[in-house]
Amino acid sequence: MSRETLIDLLYLFSATTFVLALKGLGSPKHARKGNMLAAFGMLVAIVSTFFKYVDGHKLYHVPLMLLGMFIGLIVAVPVARFVKMTAMPQLVAIFNGVGGGAASLVSITEFVHIKSTHPATYVTLEVLLGVLIGTVSFSGSAIAFAKLQELMTGRPITYPGQQVINGIVGLASVVIIVTILVTASEPLLWVLLALAFVLGVIFVLPIGGADVPVLISLLNAFTGLAVAASGFTLGSNLLIVAGTLVGASGILLTRLMSKAMGRSLANVLFSAFGSNVTASGATDRADGRSVRSGTPEDIAILLGFASRVVFVPGYGLAVSQGQHVLRELAEVLEEKGIEVYYGIHPVAGRMPGHMNVLLAEANVPYEQLVEMDEANSELQTADVCLVVGANDTVNPAATDDKTSPIYGMPIIHADLAENVVFLKRSMRPGFAGIENELLYNPKTTLVFGDAKDTLTKMVAAVKAN
Amino acid sequence: MGNVLLQYATVLMLAIFVGIEIIAKVPSILHTPLMSGSNAIHGVILVGSMLILGGATTNLQEILGFLAVILATLNVVGGFVVTDRMLEMFKPKAKPAAKKEEVAQ
Repeated sequence: MSRETLIDLLYLFSATTFVLALKGLGSPKHARKGNMLAAFGMLVAIVSTFFKYVDGHKLYHVPLMLLGMFIGLIVAVPVARFVKMTAMPQLVAIFNGVGGGAASLVSITEFVHIKSTHPATYVTLEVLLGVLIGTVSFSGSAIAFAKLQELMTGRPITYPGQQVINGIVGLASVVIIVTILVTASEPLLWVLLALAFVLGVIFVLPIGGADVPVLISLLNAFTGLAVAASGFTLGSNLLIVAGTLVGASGILLTRLMSKAMGRSLANVLFSAFGSNVTASGATDRADGRSVRSGTPEDIAILLGFASRVVFVPGYGLAVSQGQHVLRELAEVLEEKGIEVYYGIHPVAGRMPGHMNVLLAEANVPYEQLVEMDEANSELQTADVCLVVGANDTVNPAATDDKTSPIYGMPIIHADLAENVVFLKRSMRPGFAGIENELLYNPKTTLVFGDAKDTLTKMVAAVKAN
Repeated sequence: MGNVLLQYATVLMLAIFVGIEIIAKVPSILHTPLMSGSNAIHGVILVGSMLILGGATTNLQEILGFLAVILATLNVVGGFVVTDRMLEMFKPKAKPAAKKEEVAQ
């Protein structure tokens, strides 16, 4: 068996592990093994590549290659290991962005490399698509990272004629691609690169913070497609298979995510969701309706008389790092014979499933976590619904108010419970920037302050009673 | 258009269907790990980056290839480590067994 055949067989093995890994990631039982398997497959592919021949010679610059890998390794491991769990979404964004950047660089280099050989038109087209998609993913992910990390405002950034300008930049990119196909001009490649970079930025600017996770999933799929495009250019089945797998599953996943928020993908991407609503929210508040607020001790008494309590955790809980205290509260309540459930909205936190990860980290028993539909049936007989740092996911406007931007989003019906308690920092609307009528409901009591502090006081008060 | 392109196109088409099929029934709690896991998998661009750098004959190609290797390594390593860290949290329900594992590590 020749060397090349052996390497190709090893690549085939790697591609198989990737398929099995994605399959495994779909079930809680096999997910971790699946990920390990893919990592192993990746290692096999990388080691095999060292033995490959390019244009009939062994790989040049192997020491430089190892140096590059070493740099990547010593940066990525600590970052991935030690960044807080709440910052997970932006971490995925940034690792996706660098992948898109790499795919784009590969395509650019390949263009410079093959230009002199007058390649067939379709080869040039693959290269240019790789550059365009990879770069959009790179700059788009960078902006998504900045939004989530709050380096810039999480609100949608809009300006007059936005859609038109985006359209023009997109059209210009297509024109440049066609021109390069005809003229094989290298300077124009750099123009395309710049345009793609701008396109990524202006594509992401109007997307509000709450929608950024859906966007990251889409950009993830883009990077996959860019990788597949470079696979065509390099003639690598491995890159084509892996890139396409990610591209196809990523686009489907993106649609599933927007569905979980009750919206279409187009609505997520182009509606500048949440940009106008703060104004109307402010006027609503100006009518001076009162809310009822209470102390942690009041709530502790309320909880002490309950027989069934449902917690609805949101991102605010994670920010205050209150998960452990919340679990403690659940434990002391259970000791008193009170049933406790955690109702998890599919998009609680900043990404679908994010809240499950955060609560699991705090050792909350898996069986107490109930998904939205089950939570809603539990709530009908619940005495208290304790909403901790959540807002949009319990906003009744999603079912009652046809004019609300979140109309149609499935929510947890906190208002079904006898009593609703909100632990909130302030009266500020949630991530989507929409006023919540439930706060003014006579059933509702608000406890202002840091969620973790409030919970700690409540635990002490429940214990003392 | 050569036969090679046709062969690649066949692979592409099949991979699209596989990609859609295998994630069609994923529960929403696993959406985030799945996204992160597939993020790691497209880090396979590292193989492409290695081939580019390994075939570089000019300074420009060398610089671009070197940058690509660094970025792709970040993608691969970061992707897998983050995913593993997320999935670490989804331990099986039998708590004592999970504790034992920790001790073993």
